[in-house]
Amino acid sequence: MHIIVCMKVTPKTEQVKLDPVTKTIIREGVENEINPADKNALEAALQLKDKHGCKVTVIGMGPPIWEPYMKLAVAMGADNAILLSDRAFAGADTLATSKVLATAIRKIGDYHMIFCGEESSDAGTGHVPPSIAEFLGIPQITFVNMVEIIDGRVRARRILEGGYEIVEANPPVLLSIEYGCNTPRFPDFRRKRYVDREFKLTIWGLKDLDLKEEEVGLKGSKSIVEELREMKLGERAREKITGTEDEIAEKILKLIQPYIKK
Amino acid sequence: MSTSTEFCLEWEPINKDEWRGVWVFTEIFDNEISEASLQLLNPGRMIADKIGTELVSIMIGDKVQKHLLEPIYYGADKVIYVEDERLAVYTPEVYGETLLALIRKYKPEIVLAAGTLRGREMIPYVANSLRAGITADCTDFDVDVKTRDLIMIRPPFGATLLAYIRAPERRPQMSTVRPNVFKLPKRDESRKGEIIREYVDIPKPRIELVHSEYIKTEEIPIEKAEIIVSGGRGLGSAEGFKLLEKLANLIEGVVAGSRKAVDAGWIPHERQVGQTGKSVKASLYIAVGISGAAQHLFGIREAVTVVAINIDPDAPIFENADYGIVGDYKVIIPALIEEIERRKNVKKTDNKQSLQR
Repeated sequence: MHIIVCMKVTPKTEQVKLDPVTKTIIREGVENEINPADKNALEAALQLKDKHGCKVTVIGMGPPIWEPYMKLAVAMGADNAILLSDRAFAGADTLATSKVLATAIRKIGDYHMIFCGEESSDAGTGHVPPSIAEFLGIPQITFVNMVEIIDGRVRARRILEGGYEIVEANPPVLLSIEYGCNTPRFPDFRRKRYVDREFKLTIWGLKDLDLKEEEVGLKGSKSIVEELREMKLGERAREKITGTEDEIAEKILKLIQPYIKK
Repeated sequence: MSTSTEFCLEWEPINKDEWRGVWVFTEIFDNEISEASLQLLNPGRMIADKIGTELVSIMIGDKVQKHLLEPIYYGADKVIYVEDERLAVYTPEVYGETLLALIRKYKPEIVLAAGTLRGREMIPYVANSLRAGITADCTDFDVDVKTRDLIMIRPPFGATLLAYIRAPERRPQMSTVRPNVFKLPKRDESRKGEIIREYVDIPKPRIELVHSEYIKTEEIPIEKAEIIVSGGRGLGSAEGFKLLEKLANLIEGVVAGSRKAVDAGWIPHERQVGQTGKSVKASLYIAVGISGAAQHLFGIREAVTVVAINIDPDAPIFENADYGIVGDYKVIIPALIEEIERRKNVKKTDNKQSLQR
């Protein structure tokens, strides 16, 4: 089986800032990482590779500075990585992003499963995986935290409010993987050496994907950020509670007593 | 084994004047009407009134009859529903295509849906199919009365800023809103409205649902909890959460955590409070070892009373708490637990004594 993992590189959550002029995320001077949920998606794919010998290809749409992260995925165990990079892709909303990813997936062609992280840690919409599935016309199972291949079928456990659901489907199928559902492995030393010495990252641009400029990036986006304003949170009482720990405990208890039933 | 389905071409430009009405997709989950969907009738009503149009609730499922009046009571003018046994099992494609058929027929200008797990998979599917602009996790809406453009307001990416987003080219304008961002409108049983049953072609599911079962867990989801004891990086270890759990059990609360606690693997993502987690509306929120990043504060803005315990007197959480305690949780929480247990025992003894009498 061939699994394609969609990956994004995101700025570390606490360092995320917005450019007030261009109204896009500032990516310069910020420490980046593979989007944590995508790392879980990659790990889930690699676990299937370990078990069944699946082929794993990682794709991502982003600027050339993503190259080391795509290579990191290969060092972790992916067989191939393709960076979709073109100036025209910049400023894309979820629709325009999914279009590029879906087009690349179709170009790759021979796939059985698409794995995505459930959402990115920066934009956090979670809208890209369902959009890719719609573009490709394949079924989707989202918010999955366990996946197995049984007799060529995909068996997944997806979370629901207050429970979970076990779903089995025939490939091709897209899965979005829950953040934190597994522990991503560290890059393998030998693979790291392979990446440094031999591996060549494939880069596809607008022309390679046979797309038009109006279909991608900011031009292909249907939702537009028009302004940014200061957010105000409601005021809180800000009372300080002091004393010895027993006094504090007693004061807190008095405070929370009304909320406790019985 | 890729499919042979061709890409949908970009749609022809649409005539915006043909699109009227504000829709709220009203989710039925586990035979219950989703409160998160009803909450959306609140902004829905505001938007519909501003542009002088109707507010419509859409219901899809195999058994929706008993829920039909609820959206009217909560502010909808009309309910359009599809009831069909083929909708007994939810898949995003089947539900998505059913909603798509309704949208194509009635042409609403705005479609809002709760950002529940289902909403977050079927609504982008629908938007994508229509090549409509969609936003996620809006916290407020406004509408440009002249152009009838929906102004979708959401905090972008952990910043204390709000982004104002429009989708001026396309209709409908679509948005998902996470649960508990809006308050439930007032329920009024005297409200009247129109109810329309629709029949649409229900597609066969793309997914071959070989097996599907819903297994309920006993834990109360944090978005519904009244009392939450929440931990952050300041706990220092997964052990710290055991202490919080003990406290939560004693006061009939649930345990939640910050993004940092999820990153550390101390608590699952579904129990994360904050912008990339869940918004809570607990009456009591006890934040332990949580510094109070903007993204976390956003998730607790609807909590009634916030008590913060943190060893760092400069932690931003204190600026956004009703009661602040500077100190070591490892000392304070056990003291609190002891005090609660002592009182419970006193009560038990009291009861015994009164029985003996």
